[in-house]
Order: sequence, then structure tokens, then C-alpha cells
Amino acid sequence: MLYETPRFRFSGDRGLLIEYGEGVDLSVNEKVHRMTALLQRALPDGVEAVIPGYCSMCILYDPCRTGPAALERHVLGLENAQDRREAAPARTVRIPVCYGGEFGPDIGFVAAGHGLSEEEVILLHTERSYPIYAIGFAPGFCYLGGLDERLHTPRLETPRTRVPAGSIGIADDQTGAYALETPGGWRIIGRTPLRLFVPERPDPFLYRAGDRIRFSPISQEKFDAIAVGDQA
Amino acid sequence: MTTVFAVIAPGPLTTVQDAGRGRFLHMGVPLSGALDPFACRVANRLVGNSDEAAVLEMTFAGPHLRVLDEVDLAVTGADMVWSVNGVSAPCWRTVRVGRGDVVRVGQARSGCRGYLAVTGGVDVPVVLGSRSTCLSGRLGGIEGRPLRKGDRIARGAGELLKRARRLPDPPVYGRTVRLRAVPGPQDECFQGSLNLFFEAVFQVTPRSDRMGCRLNGPVVQREEGAPQGIVSEPSLPGNVQVPPDGRPIVLLVEQTMGGYTKIATVISPDLSRIAQARPGDTVRFDRVTIEEAHAVCREAARRLAGIDALLALPVSCLERLGLPF
Repeated sequence: MLYETPRFRFSGDRGLLIEYGEGVDLSVNEKVHRMTALLQRALPDGVEAVIPGYCSMCILYDPCRTGPAALERHVLGLENAQDRREAAPARTVRIPVCYGGEFGPDIGFVAAGHGLSEEEVILLHTERSYPIYAIGFAPGFCYLGGLDERLHTPRLETPRTRVPAGSIGIADDQTGAYALETPGGWRIIGRTPLRLFVPERPDPFLYRAGDRIRFSPISQEKFDAIAVGDQA
Repeated sequence: MTTVFAVIAPGPLTTVQDAGRGRFLHMGVPLSGALDPFACRVANRLVGNSDEAAVLEMTFAGPHLRVLDEVDLAVTGADMVWSVNGVSAPCWRTVRVGRGDVVRVGQARSGCRGYLAVTGGVDVPVVLGSRSTCLSGRLGGIEGRPLRKGDRIARGAGELLKRARRLPDPPVYGRTVRLRAVPGPQDECFQGSLNLFFEAVFQVTPRSDRMGCRLNGPVVQREEGAPQGIVSEPSLPGNVQVPPDGRPIVLLVEQTMGGYTKIATVISPDLSRIAQARPGDTVRFDRVTIEEAHAVCREAARRLAGIDALLALPVSCLERLGLPF
């Protein structure tokens, strides 16, 4: 639920949290990303970073150069101005995925839990695009909303110590992608050959919060071909 | 770029750190960087580096290094016993070492984290705008990991000092740490226990790392009906999160989002103090308003500027001024 006016909270002496609403809610989340983009376009003096969450964002500032009162005024000013601006259209980033087998060790569990075949799981997972609610937990890890109810699956009882980079997982009503090899407790159903995170690129990540992601199924041969091409 | 050290022994946990990686917080990339920004900055200034230069952060004890090229060193932070070719050397001042010397940084007598700065800064590739090591993401530093035996360490460009430098009045670390903290951002979940939190005595547990400092002590109760968690929101160093078990964790530099409620936040000038706390040390929180916190920040900035002026003076000049050592 979207608040009529945003609520401001102190996260210590350098952080101003701005809440736009409650819960995991697409309209609240879209508002968060719209405001984050507006702020990032022209960072106010003394602001070091703007970090979006699900229903709030945090402005990290230098208290020797600015303060919460000035930042509050700035944010409310953007709020009033933004009706007149056209919001930047969300990008849809296409991510090819090789499902099942060694790349998706949990696809059988997801399928069995819902009386589906693996092909049906793949179909349900690829037939829609997902908004990126937030990025966090690990560098580039994206939390995607809007997963088909027939695919909702609980996390692993014991998280894996290593989930390979590019893995695509499901946890409850969310799906997401691991940009880096990290520990993780999501059910892994496939892997993309794309490098989601390349530190040397000027834009090191393939997507940002607020974008949409659409997965498309590919074969093992295609996976290998793209993987070779993407490393080059 | 010159290779200056070969690592004979790495120490328990030695990583390359700098002032932190702030540019990709929105992409889930942790801030990282030195846990004690004050000691890190002074170490750099002592050897004539800028604030962006990288240093070695040493935990409990430091590495043994073979020196491959003449260079200036400074060890700051925790009071670590260190020596050059077996001759003990002082902390918080510069020491010139030469090719073939062996530097051994031993146990900390007080404090937890020491910083070793070298002329020109530790030279590792810049990853996402910083040289600091993020252990959880295996990014930055030397292959995203702590130092290992056999590693070779290079330095960036920088002139050796004409005269030695020292900090006249270095901090002293006791076994009791007082941290000023602003309530929130979810203090309403703990209204009834907020006073208790600010009166309580906590202990640092051994289960503390660069992600967070975990505390033992009285269980911090949440209000009847208050949620166990929140929808994940951005978190910052200093946030004191209280998981459902009621044991507070002071978040440090390797976390960007979290779903636990936060009773209070340690003010940024006091983060250096929690960085120097050792397992078993006592921690108390002192409540301050946001206005008081900002006044402390401005005062800390003024003190740093004063320290910069002192560091620019050679030791002989400090001695003539009769400043305390």
C-alpha cells in the first residue's frame, strides 16, 4: 500500500530512510525505483549514495555537508515535480537459461511438488517477465516478483555453501539470479551462460533494480556457444 | 609499480582495505573498506599517502613479510607488537625498511585491528571503484581473499619521506567500549526495552566478523505484537539489528540489505571503537539525538584536520614543541 506522503526515519547520523509504503507491493516498489532514479540523476550536494529497497530507499549523506532537513525538502520537491515528468520506461533484460540437469539440480523437486513435468516448469517460468524488486544479499543478486503460484517452492532446509554464478533459483513466491558464486538456499532450476556481473565493464551488471527480466529456455549446446562468446 | 613484500606468514586474517566501495551499494555490493577508518587514515597520512590508498588490515595479529625494496611503513590501530629484523618497532610512527629486512607483526596487546600502510599504498587492481577486499563477495584485494603465504605485495607510486613522522597522541583501547547511538530506524518495535538497551552491559562474542559484531547480554525484548522482521530495507554500518532471539548485532561493512528490525544505530565517528573491540570486551550504548550526533561528526572532522597538520610535522619538530608522545 502506497503512503500518501513518504515517511522519513533516521538510520544513524549518515542515513535517511524514506518509506513509500508497506509490504512487497509492485506500485510501492515502482515508486521507490522512480524516486531512486530521479535522485541518482542529479545527486544533491553531500549525498554519497542512494540505495533502493522493497518499499523504502536510503540516502547516505555526509553530515558535514548536508542534513536530514535539507534532504527531506529536496525529496518532497522531487515528489511534487515528478508528476510532470515522464518516468523512464523500464527496460526488459532477456536472459537465456539452460534449465534442469547439472545446471538446475532442484527442478525435479519443484516439478514434483506441484505435479508438473520439468517442461511445464520451464514453460511457466519463461512465459512472463518479472520486475526486479531489489538487489542485495550478495553483489548483483536480484529479487524478482510475480512468480506463477504453481511454482512457489520453499527454500532448501540447509543452504548450499556454493551456488555457481548465473544460477536461477526459486524461494517461496520469488525467483532470482545469482550474479556471483556465493552460498545460497534457493531452489536452483537452471543457469544462464551470460556473465551477469563483469567488474571490468563500465556498467558491471546486466540489470538494475526497477528493470524487468524475461528468461528464455536454451539447450546445452546453445549454453556452451553463448558461454564461449560471452567470455571473449 | 614495485613489488615490496613477499608474505612469509599471513597472520590470522589480513586483508587489503581502503576507504570503502560506495559506488555500487544499490547493486548489493557491500561497502567493505577498513573497519577502523580513523586508524586507516592516520596510517596513510603517516607515510604520505592520500585517503584513497589501500593498507593491510590485520586482525588480532599481523603477517611476517620479507621486504623486497626500500620503503616507509606505519602500523596503527591495535597496539601490535612488531619488529624489523627482530628489533622492536613503534606503532603510530613511520619506520624505513630496506631490501632483505624481515618485518614481523605479532599479537595485539590492546585493540583488535591493526593497519599497515606502505609508501604509495598497497597496489591491487581497482574493482568497482575500490581496492578493498569484500570477503563475502570474493571481490577486490588479492583475488577477493585474505593474504596467503607466498603472496607478493606491490605498492603504488609515492615518494619516500624526508623525515620520520609520528602521531603525538594515539588512541588507547580499553576493554570497555562506549558507543554513542541514535535510536531507530525501528525503535518503536522496542519502546518498552529502549531504556534497558541503553543501560545494559553487553559483551562482544567470538562470533563477530567484518559483517557484524555480535553481542551477548540481556535479551532485548520487542513490543507485544511488534513484527519479528521487516520487508528487507537498506542497512548501513552501525545499525544495531535485533534478530528474534533478542541478541543485538552491530552491523559493520559487509552487508547492504536486511530484514531484521534495528533498535538503534551507532554514530559514524564511533565505528572505529567497535572495530577495536575484542571478544569478551564490554560494550555500552549511550543515547544521543541526531543533532548531537551531527555535532560530534563536525567536531571529529575538525580534529582530523588538526591531526593532519600535526602529521605533516617531522618528529624532531614535535619533540621541540613538547607535545605528548
